[in-house]
Amino acid sequence: MKLTAAQALVRCLELEQVEVVFGLPGGAMLPVYDALYHSSIKHVLVRHEQGAVHAADGYARATGRVGVCMATSGPGATNLVTGIANAYMDSVPLVIFTGQVPTTQVGTDAFQEVDITGITMPITKHNYLVKDPAALPQIIKNAFHIASTGRPGPVLIDLPKDVAQATIDFYYPEKVRLPGYRPNYQGHPAKINQAAELIRRSERPVIYAGGGIINAGASEELVQLAETISAPVVNTLMGLSSFPGDHPLFLGMLGLHGTRYANLAVTECDLLIALGARFDDRVTGKVAAFAPQAKIIHVDIDPAEIGKNVLVDVPIVGDVKQVLRALLPLLDKTDRSRWLARVQELKEQYPLTYSREGGLKPQYVVEEIYRHTGGEAVVATDVGQHQMWVAQFYRFKRPRSLISSGGLGAMGFGLPAAIGAQLALPGKQVILVTGDGSFQMNIQELATLREQDLPLKIFLLNNYKLGMVRQLQQFYCEGRYMAVDFKFHPDFVLLAKAYGIKGYSVQSEKELQEILPRVFEEPGPVLVDCLISPEENVLPMVPAGRGIDETIA
Amino acid sequence: MRHTLSVLVENNPGVLARVAGLFSRRGYNIDSLAVGRTDNPAISRMTIVVEGDERVLEQVIKQLRKLIEVIKVSDISREEHVDRELVLIKVSAEPEKRGEIMQIADIFRARIVDLGRRTMILECTGNEGKIRAFEESLRPYGIKELVRTGKIAMLRGSRYTNINGTREDE
Ligand SMILES: Cc1ncc(C[n+]2csc(CCOP(=O)(O)OP(=O)(O)O)c2C)c(N)n1
Repeated sequence: MKLTAAQALVRCLELEQVEVVFGLPGGAMLPVYDALYHSSIKHVLVRHEQGAVHAADGYARATGRVGVCMATSGPGATNLVTGIANAYMDSVPLVIFTGQVPTTQVGTDAFQEVDITGITMPITKHNYLVKDPAALPQIIKNAFHIASTGRPGPVLIDLPKDVAQATIDFYYPEKVRLPGYRPNYQGHPAKINQAAELIRRSERPVIYAGGGIINAGASEELVQLAETISAPVVNTLMGLSSFPGDHPLFLGMLGLHGTRYANLAVTECDLLIALGARFDDRVTGKVAAFAPQAKIIHVDIDPAEIGKNVLVDVPIVGDVKQVLRALLPLLDKTDRSRWLARVQELKEQYPLTYSREGGLKPQYVVEEIYRHTGGEAVVATDVGQHQMWVAQFYRFKRPRSLISSGGLGAMGFGLPAAIGAQLALPGKQVILVTGDGSFQMNIQELATLREQDLPLKIFLLNNYKLGMVRQLQQFYCEGRYMAVDFKFHPDFVLLAKAYGIKGYSVQSEKELQEILPRVFEEPGPVLVDCLISPEENVLPMVPAGRGIDETIA
Repeated sequence: MRHTLSVLVENNPGVLARVAGLFSRRGYNIDSLAVGRTDNPAISRMTIVVEGDERVLEQVIKQLRKLIEVIKVSDISREEHVDRELVLIKVSAEPEKRGEIMQIADIFRARIVDLGRRTMILECTGNEGKIRAFEESLRPYGIKELVRTGKIAMLRGSRYTNINGTREDE
């Protein structure tokens, strides 16, 4: 079949069963958009390319499928950069298309030319500059494979305009051609045996579970492991929702703003079972004081994560679901009542609490959202204090129900990511919890939200501040507040209205109670501007450079 | 500790930038890097000399393996191997000094590849130690210019590394 490369691109997306692409066109992308005109693929027009890539990311996180977005050359491509880095840090599968100036002009500083493959080299799992139009189908085949297998990640394809216009003999290859890419899924049996032996001998095991559990779809196996060996489970931010938030063995998030009992359980454990987690600095605090009494088993699909930040006793490279499936039959049901009693004691001694005195508390808002949704909602967040309060106080029930920027911590992620998630899950309630700083970083996507008519509910935990930075300045700069107060702030309810979105403003528990049922009954998008007590801190908190046992409560 | 890595990569444009970028981004020190295509034109071999302890080396190797276009990484310095560098040295050579310089060249089995009115170019191959000694011997005469390749290396005996791993034919 004769097709232009642009038409072939769209055909490949159809064959990959892509349902939706997020993007914003431009001159270099004319051929591709012209080809999309004839396709059944839904194109969601965003208002800024950063919105496109975050939305594709939210779509991918909510479903586990590859998210797809596109942008034109030059500024279109550079506007994607934050979103690509974000997906790379959190191992999210994306395929990203950028337009490029014609090959005859590449390297001449032509109008809207940037070297986007050069720029994104360190923040993509792989990228391609397509020079031969006939190679495009194989490249797309490879890209989807690379993005979605092994440790997932973003793959970018840069397509010069003349290449897109060239005619090729189209067929979609069945096989990938990647001689150097063979992710290892099966863990090494001898290592799995060693892990089983360490578990048998352990008196005080803790399971430290990260985003790898969600990527591998290993939540059921995780619950089985915890229940079989009677080990409490702590989650990283990325791992939240991989283990039921109301399970008696659940200790919540660990690390910088983790629960005191999670951090102390890790400090006291004699065996740490790290599953799909990467010992990030926000988790470990001072490495020397992290799980100091523990032997460590580390399961990860990415060999480079093992031994990178901490030395481990039993390294297992593999897909955590397959490894757990191989490990579980080697383990007997064990009762560790003394250890669990100790963990229970820690939970009671250092509960996660807050005072409800002094205005509407953000933690209370999150708890109320939890109560109203029964933990069934998919919650997207932005970055800052509100993100940590969601992580602490929303008890996630199902995998993929927290959508949050972890590794990069990119403010502005929330709204477009929530849009992507809600598009992917039309039957589900998606909620965005954001802060007034983050929200204003991609606020233009309210237009996309309205245009797509999605039932997203937005809770703005509004402190009229860059709250998290204010908190840092309180602790580390002796309260010299510099550039964290917004002296002007828009009327967010009016602003929502300008976008055709219903808005409410609340500043007390009572007002929140009154409007919540209405918010969730509303079929369309709603914004709730929650005027929270402005100087609330996220606690507990591990001071910089300290061990995670040294929390400020 | 210095290690010599033999890295097979797909012979695509940009692959060198990926490898070099990885080293600078992650703060690994490259002592030298030599690239050329193999007997299979689709595949190139990079010989990379890196400085670092065992832990750094392990990370370097793992990070290299993560690059999609990297097919095979082996630490050749762990095994019996041959390594060579080539150097071109342009040295001042007034007529009365030429005889001495030619004697030095002889000792090192170097070749004279150019003779100017007041300079000579000498070509020498060998392992690093030999090249260093050669350079030192010529230094007193006045080195005008020195160009050297990075190190290339190969396993000794019938063992060899190709895209299927390190093997030995019966
Ligand atoms: C793009 C970006 N710029 C700056 C930061 C640094 N930063 C981290 S949290 C934060 C404040 C976030 O404020 P807001 O969204 O209002 O949330 P709050 O902390 O008040 O809940 C800032 C500026 C960041 N994470 N991302």
